[in-house]
Amino acid sequence: MNQEKRVEEFSLEALRAGDKAEFARLVEAYSGVMYRLALKMVEDPQDAEDVLQETFIKAYRALPNFDGRSSLSTWLYRIATNEALMALRRRKSASVGQTISIEEPAPNEDYEQEPIQIVDWCCLPEAEMMSAEARAYMEKAIETLSPALRTVFLLRDIEGLSTQETAEVLNVSEVVVKTRLSRARMRLRELLSEYFGERAARRSAAEGEGL
Amino acid sequence: MDHQKCRHLLGSLSDYVDGELAEEVCAEIDRHLEECENCRIVIDSLRKTIYLYKVTSEPPTVPEEVRQRLYLSLDLEEFIERKASNEASKP
Repeated sequence: MNQEKRVEEFSLEALRAGDKAEFARLVEAYSGVMYRLALKMVEDPQDAEDVLQETFIKAYRALPNFDGRSSLSTWLYRIATNEALMALRRRKSASVGQTISIEEPAPNEDYEQEPIQIVDWCCLPEAEMMSAEARAYMEKAIETLSPALRTVFLLRDIEGLSTQETAEVLNVSEVVVKTRLSRARMRLRELLSEYFGERAARRSAAEGEGL
Repeated sequence: MDHQKCRHLLGSLSDYVDGELAEEVCAEIDRHLEECENCRIVIDSLRKTIYLYKVTSEPPTVPEEVRQRLYLSLDLEEFIERKASNEASKP
């Protein structure tokens, strides 16, 4: 897990007993990461807020039975991820009258994204790659991933969970985590190459004219 | 990308950039990269893609009004104000 991981210094005994002060400490420590995850998962601030609230309401209710087999953070990530996936299902079924499968990959994701865009755009200045417009494009690119791939990408590359922790959160094997991560990253690479490749080409054309 | 070798390695590139491959597979990719510019570009842009998402990810904060409503929904109103002292005590 990355540097944002909170040291788990909570009293399980107090949490299981329903100690409000201890629970408030837990909420304070983890609400930031859970909100960030929810926001990226469901792409809507109101839905993300609902996910955040439901996550901690369910955690509080389930704490008396928390067996400590996984870490508190993994356990919270699991609740938050399930809540976010349910929110996505509800929204999808409300909009098209059908449910989406979160376990099955989308039709275009059951194989490795074959590189189509082979453009070297790594020479672009970092400021250009991190402009507000570029960031908005990157956000949109994540939204094109199926929930199954998006979840793994967010947990591994944004939240910094290990392969094993991600597998625990999603209750899938580590092989599945690696496969989904690979597909998510290759897909995002493709989309970013499309976007930044064009900019790199324009830049080198402009430089050529300037000579 | 229609080189057979490139296709064969496609599924391993993500593990390769994470340094999670067995030594011999890693060496095989290293050898291939020496002679295949396309794969070098794919690897470089894959690394850059992951890097960009990491460095542009927002800090894990909750907007204050969202935080207030969260505490209310959890019946933790009495602890809402603790944030200021927590923030102050951070290094």
